[in-house]
Amino acid sequence: MLPGITILVGLATGLAALLVLAARILGEARESAADAIEALLPRIQCAQCGYPGCRPYAEAIAAGAEEINRCPPGGDTTIRALANMLGRDTLPLDTSLGQASTTQRAVIEETTCIGCNRCVEACPVDAIVGLPQRMHTVLSEHCTGCELCLAPCPVDCIAMVSRYD
Amino acid sequence: MIKFTPRRHLTGGLRLPAHKAESTEAPIRKGPLPARLILSTRQHSGDEARPVVSIGQRVARGETLARASDSNGADVHAPAAGTVIAIEPQAVPLGNAVSTESCIVLETNGTDTGSALPLPSITDQDRIEQLTRAGIVGLGGAVYPTAAKIRLARTNSCELLIINGAECEPYISCDDMLMREAPAAIVAGARILMNIVSASRCIIAIERDKPQAIDAMTSAAEEAAIEGLSIAELPSIYPAGGERQLLDVLATTELQSNRYPGELGYLCQNVGTARAVDKYFNHGEPLLSRIVTVTGNAVVNPGNIEALIGTPIRELIEACGGYREKAVRLIHGGSMMGFSLEHDELPVTKSTNCIIAATAYEVRSDAKEWPCIRCGECSIACPARLLPQDLLLAARAQDNPLLETLSLAECIECGCCDVVCPSHIPLTQTFRQAKPAFRRYREQKSFTDAADARYQSRTSRRSEAQQEAELQREALKQSLSSSKSEEIQAAVQRARARKTASPKNDN
Repeated sequence: MLPGITILVGLATGLAALLVLAARILGEARESAADAIEALLPRIQCAQCGYPGCRPYAEAIAAGAEEINRCPPGGDTTIRALANMLGRDTLPLDTSLGQASTTQRAVIEETTCIGCNRCVEACPVDAIVGLPQRMHTVLSEHCTGCELCLAPCPVDCIAMVSRYD
Repeated sequence: MIKFTPRRHLTGGLRLPAHKAESTEAPIRKGPLPARLILSTRQHSGDEARPVVSIGQRVARGETLARASDSNGADVHAPAAGTVIAIEPQAVPLGNAVSTESCIVLETNGTDTGSALPLPSITDQDRIEQLTRAGIVGLGGAVYPTAAKIRLARTNSCELLIINGAECEPYISCDDMLMREAPAAIVAGARILMNIVSASRCIIAIERDKPQAIDAMTSAAEEAAIEGLSIAELPSIYPAGGERQLLDVLATTELQSNRYPGELGYLCQNVGTARAVDKYFNHGEPLLSRIVTVTGNAVVNPGNIEALIGTPIRELIEACGGYREKAVRLIHGGSMMGFSLEHDELPVTKSTNCIIAATAYEVRSDAKEWPCIRCGECSIACPARLLPQDLLLAARAQDNPLLETLSLAECIECGCCDVVCPSHIPLTQTFRQAKPAFRRYREQKSFTDAADARYQSRTSRRSEAQQEAELQREALKQSLSSSKSEEIQAAVQRARARKTASPKNDN
């Protein structure tokens, strides 16, 4: 009786240890929760959720410290996808945050631009080009519509237009 | 060495009843000259061509009516002399659906002499441009502009030109008849195309169920004695004539899913396109007409017609003796990939290869759909090596990431899975419906991925710059502290003493 139990327990422990070791060495790197959440976000870095970018917001959601309805560009689609993955309830979008959207893009009214370079500093995706004291312009195919360039502009020469016009 | 033996076999596919005998009995008939021609300004895959004529203007045969607006377009010409009476939106069959396009309506004066046109003056550089000016597009049905295809193939040093005469889809016989009747023109066109892309080899691919066409093409090819030209006999399996399927069998390197044949240095052209190339460069005639198969049990005399572009389909059917009985369905294209037309007043476009006036007997009955029994027949039949039953579940759930994994984009909508499905599930239709949303998803994904990459590069660039500035400051500090003379130290001491004596107010 006793030797039997000892042998079986020993075998189980030994094999379990082997399995754990194998998983450590051979297993694929598991995707972290924050990675998976970030992949569902629009990743245009608009910061309208109140975090400095999509990654910090994803980390906050993963930690359970933040609601999933704070992403204006993602809208209902993102909320549904997040709710589905995290097993949380869907919520209506928090509309107080802003209205960044991937369907819009920024344009600079070039005659008004004074070349202060502040929008270049603000753009998270390097979509604005221009030298100080010279006219600036938006590379429309790279602009994500995050609206981060609007606030710093001292002469209000940036407007949002539809991407598809 | 005129015969080319393929080394590989086609994956999947089906042996279908050909239904080609009905339309290949009579030689190609000359099409009627209708009172009105309706010419769509978009008969190619790019944007609409810009009309260069105005209402009321008289035009000669072969005159340009609309010019291509971008490199993915082709010009549109007047197939017969006449007067422009309207430029208005009309429904036209194109590609795989009927769409509303801006059309130029031409009233012919009934005196189409078919006179010879002046030969184009061509220098070597602008031959590709000339193909756009001649309005030449892929006549297999997809109407992709030949010039755009050649440009892509040329930038990737085209090695092999394939002239596609496989024509695998049931009912269609226009390429077969063209190969029987004008093999010399096809070979001449192939020679010009080989020259333009400087290809060293050319294979004319024909299915084995067209012995007359094979004989005609072989003797024409032997006569022309072009180096590198060979003829390949393919087994008659649908869809052996698909561009990717042809390359699978004939090419040496395998084509990855997201690449075009041109990127690997292959150029595929339909036999009709080769003949159009010959017509333009050797006879000065731009693309004014094409061969259309008019068939189906509801037609009195099925056959092939050399129809002017813009001819209403009704006139073609009348030229074939009219309707024998009421057609329950009028199909544009073949029986597998074609689509239904509402009525027969729609015009022939450059993509119209076949018109089937089908009786109830010919139309597949809309049998009741049953649940999938996971028999796997669809995966065996799929020529693109996909898993239709998994795709069906993903498409119905609109699970775009899963559709990406299962390569929905690879589906050529050939309809083989529909035919073999014992549960009569409309698979192809479901895939076709899922494609627009899937395409949007892919566009959005590539857009955000690019934005993410730019954001990452900006972040890393900034942190690098910051680190560098930090290092420089550190180095400056070091060099200052090491070279501090006593005078400086004294000055620093004095400043510190002053600072402690009267602390600076923050405001």
